[in-house]
Amino acid sequence: MDLLDKLAVLADAAKYDAACTSSGVRRGFQPGKIGNTSSSIAGCCHSFSADGRCITLLKVLMTNSCVYDCKYCVNRRSNDTRRAAFTPTELADLTIGFYRRNYIEGLFLSSGVLRSPDYTTEQMIRCLRILRQDYGFNGYIHAKAIPGTSPELVYQLGLLADRLSVNIELPSETGLQTLAPDKNKAAILRPMGQIRDQVVQSKQELVKYRHAPSFAPAGQSTQLIVGATGDNDRHILNLTQSLYKKYRLKRVFYSAYVPVVENSLLPALDTKPPLLREHRLYQADWLLRFYGFRAEELLTEAQPDFNPQIDPKCNWAINHLEQFPVEIMRADYEMLLRVPGIGPLSAKRIVSARRVSHLTWEDLKKVGVVLKRAQFFITCGGKAPSGLRFSPSTISRQLELIERSRRPAAVPEQLSLFDDAG
Amino acid sequence: MAWTEVVFQYDGSFDGFLCCVYESYINKAFPIAFFSDEECFSLYAVRSVITRRENAQRVMRGLVRQSSPAADLVRRAFLTCMEDKERYLYAFVRKVYAEGGSFLENQSDPVYYPIMRAVRHMGREVEKLRGFIRFSEYNGVLGAEIEPKNRVLPLLRSHFCNRYANESFFIYDRTHRELLLYTKGCSQLLPVDRLQLNLPGEEEVHYRALWKRFYETIAIRERTNPRCQNNFLPKRYRGTMTEFLPVNYEETRAIPTGETAGLPIPGAPDGTPAPGIPR
Repeated sequence: MDLLDKLAVLADAAKYDAACTSSGVRRGFQPGKIGNTSSSIAGCCHSFSADGRCITLLKVLMTNSCVYDCKYCVNRRSNDTRRAAFTPTELADLTIGFYRRNYIEGLFLSSGVLRSPDYTTEQMIRCLRILRQDYGFNGYIHAKAIPGTSPELVYQLGLLADRLSVNIELPSETGLQTLAPDKNKAAILRPMGQIRDQVVQSKQELVKYRHAPSFAPAGQSTQLIVGATGDNDRHILNLTQSLYKKYRLKRVFYSAYVPVVENSLLPALDTKPPLLREHRLYQADWLLRFYGFRAEELLTEAQPDFNPQIDPKCNWAINHLEQFPVEIMRADYEMLLRVPGIGPLSAKRIVSARRVSHLTWEDLKKVGVVLKRAQFFITCGGKAPSGLRFSPSTISRQLELIERSRRPAAVPEQLSLFDDAG
Repeated sequence: MAWTEVVFQYDGSFDGFLCCVYESYINKAFPIAFFSDEECFSLYAVRSVITRRENAQRVMRGLVRQSSPAADLVRRAFLTCMEDKERYLYAFVRKVYAEGGSFLENQSDPVYYPIMRAVRHMGREVEKLRGFIRFSEYNGVLGAEIEPKNRVLPLLRSHFCNRYANESFFIYDRTHRELLLYTKGCSQLLPVDRLQLNLPGEEEVHYRALWKRFYETIAIRERTNPRCQNNFLPKRYRGTMTEFLPVNYEETRAIPTGETAGLPIPGAPDGTPAPGIPR
């Protein structure tokens, strides 16, 4: 199999992994080495594929052969698909070739489990060693820690990579038992705990000794599949929150399940991936990380799933109308952040601008507030927006209408002369 | 004595613009418009401003003394493609002289807002181009072409010099006909009227094919979303990106580079030295 085919097979097998970021670490040029890591906070996107997802890293598997038989996965043992494997040198050459042409920011290396987790990780380490030590590659590397790998090898991997990730995939133990019988929760969480501890330890050592080895300086992330199992949004969001808290994850990624296989335990092949649901989860994830919300505030036992028609922040605000309207000239930063249509950036700008001048509705627009959402929840200099009529009972409908115009039109339903009667 | 209204004619350089500011204060002349080309037709009195480095530096020193973020903003804003940027910048400079830089706190300030928007527009373009620039290898030298709206090369300089410190590379800006050259730790910005690229070697074509294959493979068919893709990767960038071009695009290109591009942007004629941006 030539390199072109190999790349196609191994990129195709890796594409369902959502994580593709190059953030979290800043490393300038080092003499004798190739490259640096991005200077901006958000990393650097090098392209966007036809599905609108960003391409930052060369995202491939070391091999797509796998000893496991997870039912949701394209690479499972029982699936009849083309198998391929990169040799460590091949992949290192490819990465350098792409990096020099500014196609990519670095390498995202994952793998199916060949023979055993340890053997697979050794292969990955060998490739990363060639990159880092022989070629002096100084760009970004994201590597997958495979559950079941011995701690010593995970440590070696972390010394070579910028970010490590362990994918949870199925958000509940029952999901794991039915769909991924070879895996269990404890085995997945063990490397996560180890990575957390070693990242902290490495940071401390670096403070003391400048040349101490740095272990996964960009931290770790994970991925949850949405829609393959019956878990509700509340469960997923609570899990996310505890992962951020307990395991100090940098990111939790959500991947809308794309049916790739016919199985009675999984959604049918013609099911559309739940993209809107995934989107709402990402919005909620941002609320947890940057807006000071807690999972319990966003979803309750009475409402365990997000309203797909309305974003989670608006949804929260509608349910807490007693806290609104908020006066722009006086409200504190934390409260401004809770107003739909105001984000961390515009909240900061408001706080800084109102010190030097009185803000009008027109000014708010210039400051970056999304007025079409914010207008229901704020007053500006004691005044409500002119010409806007609403009552607590109509807000939700009005917001839905605003949102709808932004989303691609749904397939129109065929009108029927006979209601479900027939 | 009241201020007279005039039109300034200058050489289009950043120093030239600063000299216009200098002239304006010295002679109490309020600029209605700025011209940087030869033909300048106006009903107002036309003043030709000769660029003198010491005058420009004096203006800049004054600005830095008032507010150094404001001075930096003036430098950056001069690189943008904002229409009538000299007029906006002049108003901005006057305000900084009059009251210092505190009005920068308020983004909705009428004098600051247009400048801020233009600089932000350029910042976004720079951010995108950091990722979207595609190099090709020509006999060991990496080369790329771009067609930006703003004069972004001075802003991309440090990023790429840092990233490819051990390489020799060039980036050609077709819009402003400017070339960024880097080799062995030295970089240079040069005005270049046209650039004819060599044909790519075998290895280069191979890498292009690999990248194109990767690009096509990585998209999930069930999630196809062209609107989202267009939002993040506007079509105007695609003309210089490997994944949207045939592998041997140099051969098939209908018109040589120099003639397709090179719409001179007003206020930034070819060959004007760009103001230095602090790293």
